[in-house]
Amino acid sequence: MDKAARLEEIVAAHVGRDGPLLPILHDIQAEFGCVDEQAKRYLAGALNLSRAEVHGVVSFYHDFKAKPAKLPVLKLCRAEACQARDCDTLVKDISAVAKDKCEIETVYCLGLCSVGPNAMVGEDVHARLDVQKLTQLIEAL
Amino acid sequence: MTLRVAISDDALALACGADQVAEAIARAAPDADIIRVSSWGMHWLEPLVEVDGIGYGPATVADVAAILDGSSRLNIGKISDHPFITKQQRLTFARAGITQPLDLEDYQATGGWLGLAKARELGADAIIETVTESGLRGRGGAGFPAGIKWKTVAGADGPQKYVVCNADEGDSGTFADRMLMEGDPYCLIEGMAIAGLAVGADKGYIYVRSEYPHAIAKLNAAILASAHIVAPFDIEVRVGAGAYVCGEETSLLESLEGKRGEVRAKPPLPALEGLFGKPTVVNNVLTLAAVPYILANGAKAYADYGIGRSRGTMPIQLAGNLKYGGLFETAFGITLGELVTDIGGGTQSGRPVKAVQVGGPLGAFHPASDFHLPFDYEAFTAADGLIGHGGIVVFDETADMLSQAHFAMEFCAAESCGKCTPCRLGSVRGMEVLDRIKAGGRVAADPVESLPQMHNAPKQGRSLDEELSLITDLCETMKFGSLCALGGFTPYPVMSAIKHWPEDFGASADMVKDKS
Repeated sequence: MDKAARLEEIVAAHVGRDGPLLPILHDIQAEFGCVDEQAKRYLAGALNLSRAEVHGVVSFYHDFKAKPAKLPVLKLCRAEACQARDCDTLVKDISAVAKDKCEIETVYCLGLCSVGPNAMVGEDVHARLDVQKLTQLIEAL
Repeated sequence: MTLRVAISDDALALACGADQVAEAIARAAPDADIIRVSSWGMHWLEPLVEVDGIGYGPATVADVAAILDGSSRLNIGKISDHPFITKQQRLTFARAGITQPLDLEDYQATGGWLGLAKARELGADAIIETVTESGLRGRGGAGFPAGIKWKTVAGADGPQKYVVCNADEGDSGTFADRMLMEGDPYCLIEGMAIAGLAVGADKGYIYVRSEYPHAIAKLNAAILASAHIVAPFDIEVRVGAGAYVCGEETSLLESLEGKRGEVRAKPPLPALEGLFGKPTVVNNVLTLAAVPYILANGAKAYADYGIGRSRGTMPIQLAGNLKYGGLFETAFGITLGELVTDIGGGTQSGRPVKAVQVGGPLGAFHPASDFHLPFDYEAFTAADGLIGHGGIVVFDETADMLSQAHFAMEFCAAESCGKCTPCRLGSVRGMEVLDRIKAGGRVAADPVESLPQMHNAPKQGRSLDEELSLITDLCETMKFGSLCALGGFTPYPVMSAIKHWPEDFGASADMVKDKS
């Protein structure tokens, strides 16, 4: 199925919902790994919004990407509770390992603040990370 | 007799390897009855395996054989007798560790739906009166009395009203909302249905942050399974998209409407013109989850806990560099020192505690000299702090408070919605001033400030003392000039760091004495 038809399907699945833009954008991000120009143009027409409005929403939220990630994404928490458990040193030590294997994305809080440093890959969460465990995790991606 | 083994399926337990341990147990003891329950909240023991009432943790796959034959050294005895549990007063988290999150029979057997039944019997006015009398205040951070908010919405005109649950738990060091949604989703649903009855709303939204996929899955399943019980009240889960500011109620409403999460000016209050311009109750997960207990047991039973104007219990979250981190629900009034030292066991690293940040990224840093403070909204306000959503993050002596202050400004700059100037620009200027303080104050004049048009700017750079005065002034502007708590509360961590640890800023105690 081509992309235009798939976009149409995604939007159709949300007909009747109040304020459907965010759920639609989540579906598009999940399907294509990004919300690109084509998607934004289509949404503006389909939802009777201006392209500026759609772009404004897409660019506001960290979850929506302009381009799909080239490498697997590892979300690493760097908020205060993980800082207190020394995630900053971990980030320094791991950067060489991660270099061409994954994209490390900084997130602020995964809600596992008593067992940090923490990371998330897809929907899988990992806690009590040290260099060794994080290296294993990255190697397995 | 079959062996009964309980292991949590809370995201935190999974992150610590609970699934692998559960699989290993299933292989080693195929006849055992393995159930997946919510988490007790003793996070340093996760994955915690319960075999016929006895707890073993933190368990790994290698420990399974010893756990099953009872010889494991991880034995902590009967879990419900553990001092971390017996010291608590669990009202909202009464089911934690005990029930299977999505099991309707478990929920009913542990007092579920009693609050809703009582609410249906009482009717709207009496529900609001009960909640008001209980003294329940918003657990999201602002501490606004829930009963008064409900009354405002109930009194507003209009055929369509909404109940919105704020589950955008973005504060670092907080996880109680997540634990409740994953561990006891029906409790939240019941609370929302009661709120709906009280204010006359038939539609509820739960706005959950996208970082909580496990909570989203549990909520969706629970809503489906309990739809017939709460009908005609209808609940829908909406997923956030990584914006911290959407935890602010008006920004959350914008986001729910499918817009940029920009904060709205108040008034109009969301209670009168909220979601899609309709009267809307916006409450935190913990506020709504406290309601079923209050209805089922009466206002007095809840209000008997607590001190002063802070009634009831608070699920406190112990996090960061703590030996015994986890969820500790107790009546208001416990001191900060008890929480950090007695309950939390001090730092995990074994080094002395340097700072304790209470209330998330926008909360103040407290030194050990504040350990006498009772956990109470007013006491923390009086000490230039806040209890926020009840998160406590402990730092040991390796923490550099200048870096922490800088991070607070950096975080505000990254997460600002951009609508108001003090927050959008102040946070960036704050980072710059802190960078200059790190360099010891500016020696050379700034080229822009040297321009003839810049009448009020200093022409020969600023000393450290002047830079400190400047950031004090900037924080004042952000605190009183910002539209919402993001810009308005960022000064708390910054100024408390300067006030209590001037040496980290290269300053003397005298230099910061008149600045706060």
